[in-house]
Amino acid sequence: MKYVDEFRNSDVAAALLREIAKLASSLDKAVNIMEVCGSHTMAIARHGIREALPANINLISGPGCPVCVTEAGYIDAAIELGRQGVVPATFGDMLNVPGSKSSLAKFRAEGGRVEICYSPDSAVELAEKAPNTEIVFLAVGFETTVGPAVSVIDSAINKSLGNLSILTAFKQIMPALEALSSDPEIRIDAFLCPAHVSAIIGADAYKPFAEKRRIPCVIAGFEPVDILYGIIGILKQVQAGTATVENQYSRVVKPEGNVRARNFINTYLETADAWWRGIGIIPQSGLSVRQEFAGYDAAARFNVQIQRGDPDKRCQCGNVLKGKIRPDQCGMFAKVCTPENPVGPCMVSSEGTCSAYFKYGRVIG
Amino acid sequence: MEEKIQLAHGGGGKLSARLIKDEILSRFGNGPLRNLPDAAELPLNAEKIIYSTDSFVVSPYFFPGGNIGELAVYGTVNDVCVAGGRPQWLSLALIIEEGFPLENLRRILDSTAEAANRCGVTIVTGDTKVVQKGNCDGIYMNTSGIGIKVAGLELGRRRIKPGDAVIVSGTIGEHGFAVLAARNGIRTGEGLVSDCGPLNGLLEQAVPFGDKVKFMRDPTRGGVAAVLNEIVEGMEFGIELKQNAVPVSEGVRSVSEMLGIDPLNVACEGRMILICDQSAADGILSGFRSLPEGKGACVIGTVGGLAGTVTMKTITGVSRLIDLPSGELLPRIC
Repeated sequence: MKYVDEFRNSDVAAALLREIAKLASSLDKAVNIMEVCGSHTMAIARHGIREALPANINLISGPGCPVCVTEAGYIDAAIELGRQGVVPATFGDMLNVPGSKSSLAKFRAEGGRVEICYSPDSAVELAEKAPNTEIVFLAVGFETTVGPAVSVIDSAINKSLGNLSILTAFKQIMPALEALSSDPEIRIDAFLCPAHVSAIIGADAYKPFAEKRRIPCVIAGFEPVDILYGIIGILKQVQAGTATVENQYSRVVKPEGNVRARNFINTYLETADAWWRGIGIIPQSGLSVRQEFAGYDAAARFNVQIQRGDPDKRCQCGNVLKGKIRPDQCGMFAKVCTPENPVGPCMVSSEGTCSAYFKYGRVIG
Repeated sequence: MEEKIQLAHGGGGKLSARLIKDEILSRFGNGPLRNLPDAAELPLNAEKIIYSTDSFVVSPYFFPGGNIGELAVYGTVNDVCVAGGRPQWLSLALIIEEGFPLENLRRILDSTAEAANRCGVTIVTGDTKVVQKGNCDGIYMNTSGIGIKVAGLELGRRRIKPGDAVIVSGTIGEHGFAVLAARNGIRTGEGLVSDCGPLNGLLEQAVPFGDKVKFMRDPTRGGVAAVLNEIVEGMEFGIELKQNAVPVSEGVRSVSEMLGIDPLNVACEGRMILICDQSAADGILSGFRSLPEGKGACVIGTVGGLAGTVTMKTITGVSRLIDLPSGELLPRIC
């Protein structure tokens, strides 16, 4: 398959790993690289990249799984809407995310109606087919997903649908990078920056951050060869003592990003503070529906209050998301907390750090 | 909270396994059901018969490459085949929703008849029920099948030894992804159709290799990963898959990459996993490949490695676990 097979070539991977080994041995210190995106975490685990790296190169998984950082109160609110007869329409990942007492999967098992969407368009179709049913699309995600999710509002306006709205829990990546790099408890030497988020925000978006914080930022694709090549880019910068933005995913990411998508998003949304599960409030890291479109904002339309705070105190997802511990360092990992009975959100999403560790990371040999 | 059945209890993963162990085996597990065979081997005078049953609730009932009618025949025929039986007789039960178009029923029954002919089985008994609108999703079907055990085939996990070859009869995941795509309006072009089809032709290709054939199974619900994990569970051997050896069609790859669902976890309805002595692998492969339904057959791995695990070498040279899927397969968010 084009753009996939070339980037999963084992000979190329072996050559890149040799170069990484050479670079790593020339550095007399440990290098902590945070991959911020859940898809990177997944690919790293699936292809055994963490285990294949030299001992002094650490990959730390960051908070880049949108499902994982969605607060329990948001799930509670979605279930509550469902109980009131509103139909939540959602991507499948959200189904098993624990709220404070239940999950959408359990709500559905009790007879509640939850619609699984493979595309936000399905929510629009649902609303068109059932004009007397209120449909709420659970609009969760980073910049990549924001555009398609907001198209729900756009379609509702264009098609004059009075029964369609979105419940937002959007996140923006740059404020999260700022927050993580200023946390004194975490030492990050470089960021492996997300592929598809960068396609929207553009490579240039990282420049002020890299310069101010003196942290190398390398944008890499999601295939294993992309990731290994990205690590080489990072190690070269660490070796040379530079801190610049390097775009290694230029086949998709432009310096200016996708201006049209950003304008589209800005039409309907404005920056707001956001609560990150396990982390807390990160100022200006969210996006909420603009006042003039409040009719399409489920929170306003149904007067929904989202409770802040993390329900299960034993859950270490916050520390996992911040890269302070690895999933297997959490006492509940693979014992109490498993994909079929997740305690924390990192185990729920297929892109969650704990899920990736559970599924692929328990490596042999 | 009161315990309720979730969809994942029927997904073929860990929740299904627990439900069957706790609720079915605890009540019925003392006889031939003990090891939960997809088909039971029962003595009858000098011969042995193979007996199996399966229910079909696929939605949509017309999907790319087939419909519920032929699926109902192949599903049971294949369970009989992989237990080492030559399928002979089928029962056919229909549960039909009030208001179901007769034209659709005719199409489904025509396919059922055609599939039965293709497999050389006769439908010998049946039942028809109609339920009120809303009480079933169009049409559900159940078939039971009886076959005669092939002499000279001894199948079972206990016969598997380190070094044996693991063969798959063709590309995997087509049925599950074709149905998923049809159900959710994912446009995949013409490339993605269900693989649903009979395995009795493949069975006959394996028969001449006698006791060199150790195990056969059709990787339906839960896919190849579920079958391989069932094989190694509690055994003193594991299975090591070769990197990139598992055959996957372009259509399946596109959908799987897009949704983040591993084809190893997705159902096939016309494929066979066969484990045999290494010395018989080439012969069985060429036998399989002589048939249209086996033209994509290949060796995907070897019995060996860490006991009780299924592993695959990744491109970085590290082995990773291929685990049992945990429940309902859900697409990822981005």
